[in-house]
Amino acid sequence: MSQPVAPPPFHPSLAELFRAFVIVSISGFGGALPWARRTIVEQKRWMTTEEFNETFALSQFLPGPNVVNFSVVFGARFGGAPGAAVALAGLMGPPLVIVTVLAILYARFGDVEALSRILAGITAAAVGLLIAVVAKMMAPLFVRRWNSAPAFAILAFTGVAIMHWPLPYVFLGLAPFSIALAWFKR
Amino acid sequence: MNDSPLLTLAGYFAMLSLFAVGGANAAIPEMHRVAVDVMHWMSDRQFADMFAIAQVSPGPNIIIVTLIGYHVAGFTGAAVATTAMCGPTCLMAFFVSRVWDRFKDAPWRIAIQAGLVPLSLGLIAASAFVLARTADHNVYAGLITAATATVAYFTRVNPLWMFVVAGVLGLSGWL
Repeated sequence: MSQPVAPPPFHPSLAELFRAFVIVSISGFGGALPWARRTIVEQKRWMTTEEFNETFALSQFLPGPNVVNFSVVFGARFGGAPGAAVALAGLMGPPLVIVTVLAILYARFGDVEALSRILAGITAAAVGLLIAVVAKMMAPLFVRRWNSAPAFAILAFTGVAIMHWPLPYVFLGLAPFSIALAWFKR
Repeated sequence: MNDSPLLTLAGYFAMLSLFAVGGANAAIPEMHRVAVDVMHWMSDRQFADMFAIAQVSPGPNIIIVTLIGYHVAGFTGAAVATTAMCGPTCLMAFFVSRVWDRFKDAPWRIAIQAGLVPLSLGLIAASAFVLARTADHNVYAGLITAATATVAYFTRVNPLWMFVVAGVLGLSGWL
């Protein structure tokens, strides 16, 4: 099997991989990435910051949840297919159990007034977090000279949020042009 | 035994996973469109509740698909939705990671990533918009949203504390 990157000096066992991603998953309130970095780079020292960033760049390049991709890429690098499976199981296992319990509770008590009020408060706060994420992503886009980025962001927003067009249509309609412009302005 | 909801869940989330550039937050508006407007699996309110539950649960936020799957078709639905959402991209991650070195510095790779950033930005903004229409139905809820956005933008406070404060304010009946 071909190794994607030069083999690291230290190989965690499958059990260690599993435990590390269990820790990442149950610590990762509001995004597991900072916890992945802390566990893997600072505590376990399985990767340098540069290696971590490069592995994470691959996870971001792919569609789907970044942290889930990261667990697969990281696990594959240290332990091939079994490593990827174990890291993914560690990341998804505990949250799946917890969320399934919450799903059962919600199915039974979702109509309870107090619960619905608490969730309304949390949703209002979560919307604020999304706005902060958007604001942080926006800053570098508007600073750069290449200024078609805001137009594509606005078009994607309008297509999905205002027009209610299906995401695949909006994506396939905009991505080729956005990528082509990024190519020519590079 | 009617298995058509399971097929719908599987096909729909597998397809969505491939377009979810920017992760769970970017996929929210499309999930909302299908679950609430097209398939009528749930109300606006229920969708927002599930989003909130996924936010306060540990682990990746994409776990909202487990809640949607459970709501539609119980345990099987939860398993099918989660597998469909994570399976295709995990397989892709596994195979791409083995050839990543060959193209990680390729200009086309960098152009694709740069071209997709504005789209995921627009989609995450759309998530905020879709959820705000349900969540921010009065001035107090709007204030919680504004306060959280400000704190999250300027500080590194753990979001869990903001959820705790917002949940308590919600419980006290202001929203």
